[in-house]
Amino acid sequence: MKTIFEPTPGMTKVDTTYCPGCTHGIAHRLIMECLVERGELDDAIGVVPIGCSINAHHFMNVDMCESTHGRAPAIASGIRRVHPDKVVFTYQGDGDLASIGAGEIVHAAHRGEKFTTFFINNAIYGMTGGQMAPTTLIGQRATTCVDGRTVESAGMPLRICEMLATIPCAVFVERVMLNDPANVRKAKKAVNTALEIQKAGLGFTFVEFLSACPTNWGYAPKEALHWMETAMADYYPIGNFRKPEGY
Amino acid sequence: MSKVLMKGNEAFAEAAILGGCNCYFGYPITPQNEIPEYMSHELPKAGGAFIQAESELAAVNMAYGAAASGGRAFISTSSPGLALMQEGLGFICSAEVPLVVLNVSRGGPGVGGIQPGQADYLQVTRGGYNGDAKIPVFAPAGIQECVDLIYEAFDIADEYRNPVMIFADGMMGQMMESVELPPRKPMPTAADIKAKKPWAITGKGHHEGRNVVYSLRLDPDVLEKHVETMFAKYAVAEEKLVRYKTQGLEDAEIVFVAFGTMSRLCAEAIDLLAEQGIKAGMIRPISLWPYPDKAFDEIGDKAKIVISTELSMGQMLTDVKAAVKGRWPVGLIHRTGGVVPSSLEIVDRAKKLLEGVQ
Repeated sequence: MKTIFEPTPGMTKVDTTYCPGCTHGIAHRLIMECLVERGELDDAIGVVPIGCSINAHHFMNVDMCESTHGRAPAIASGIRRVHPDKVVFTYQGDGDLASIGAGEIVHAAHRGEKFTTFFINNAIYGMTGGQMAPTTLIGQRATTCVDGRTVESAGMPLRICEMLATIPCAVFVERVMLNDPANVRKAKKAVNTALEIQKAGLGFTFVEFLSACPTNWGYAPKEALHWMETAMADYYPIGNFRKPEGY
Repeated sequence: MSKVLMKGNEAFAEAAILGGCNCYFGYPITPQNEIPEYMSHELPKAGGAFIQAESELAAVNMAYGAAASGGRAFISTSSPGLALMQEGLGFICSAEVPLVVLNVSRGGPGVGGIQPGQADYLQVTRGGYNGDAKIPVFAPAGIQECVDLIYEAFDIADEYRNPVMIFADGMMGQMMESVELPPRKPMPTAADIKAKKPWAITGKGHHEGRNVVYSLRLDPDVLEKHVETMFAKYAVAEEKLVRYKTQGLEDAEIVFVAFGTMSRLCAEAIDLLAEQGIKAGMIRPISLWPYPDKAFDEIGDKAKIVISTELSMGQMLTDVKAAVKGRWPVGLIHRTGGVVPSSLEIVDRAKKLLEGVQ
């Protein structure tokens, strides 16, 4: 019988711990598939954050280390100095990257660090149980803004791609959405391009994934996808914000 | 090898390069700024990597990443900067990653001042990190000793897979002394990392199996077992890493306990007291953790008082009292905030403390 689909060797055989409808699993698989297809799995070193995806090192079949909260870009900068020839990436959620780690991501981008950051934006703190993130939308409910986020109390949601695209050495900045097969394919292309630019040593590369967190949003998985496609994509438009010539 | 005259901070940076350090991450803070400055031009020349970090938080985490992937990493800072690094240091202990940390300390609390201080004693020996962890701490009394300790610290850190701290007060960073530099050790190659650090994250095609460096252990039983494993290492450190020097303990009436800059002033005070017919001696702890309790067993029959002599409000006093075990009265001579007493002041205060117990 002809094999038409099989699990990627980029993922371990461990069952993921993510909730039903969570899109972490899709993002994991896309990154790992790209590393396998590029023949870089054995040379890859990843950094996982504090948050739900601290568990990613059980699932991604590459060398990895855990990070203190928000500091993954600093850790990856250190790894890069010892291993200028390897593929280095961080995988970070929005609480980790956009809040406590806002300084580290800005400065890694500013230095033009030659690694790739994969940013999971689900507009909420997942692992700690649904608190407001810097990315939580106006009116969105969270356990620290039960009547919905207001501009008066928490300001406007932070658009990370738009901010990083103002930094000269952040050479590839793209936002993708994990809502349907067409966008998942586009997301994989963005991952691949980011890794290609990292390999070329052109500067800092960044891919933001709009992702679903049905558990903490209080939606069923299908409703969550709908909310992502409408409310989230309205405030966080998908597309490329910066790329080098020829990519 | 011939001696060279060097400023402390520059000698410390050079000692790290000679010790095989291949990556340094620094953030400007007085009085250790000559270290990142020196490293910025000398480490790349030697084949290593330098980053001026955006903060001490970033610096310690850059060092963690470099060391977790097999690098020989070095960071330096001064007191308030060390406070910012504490979270990272606890994490690095838990993740069992080697690292050398130099604290060129100043007065506190808060931003405090920039003159020499030893008020980080509790910060370096007890840590500001959460949880059960220990970091071996060595306090040199001069530039040569500090150079030798930094040079050796990389090997100690590798052996224990744990950070090692060098606690040099600001006086040592800023003064100049002649120093004999040790021979250069090679920086680690990929083959060295594979052979000596098989746990390092270098890409899974470059070693057996797949490596993960981590701290999180959600199962309490697993975490307890891990902490016990760490403490088994610390028990070995308590046996093997105790270091101290003594002077004239056999017939001393006054026994000073002092480290770093204060120990040099006490050495002068001992000579001045001898001129007045008072015999004084000294215990100079070099390892502050593990603390040299056993040095106190060398104190002779003539001792009337043990005096902790410090550039803090008496942060070492607890350790001195624990080591004295009630055998002698314990006194304290101290200045803080960056004030360094003269040896004459130490003599006067020591005599008053001696009178008080006679």
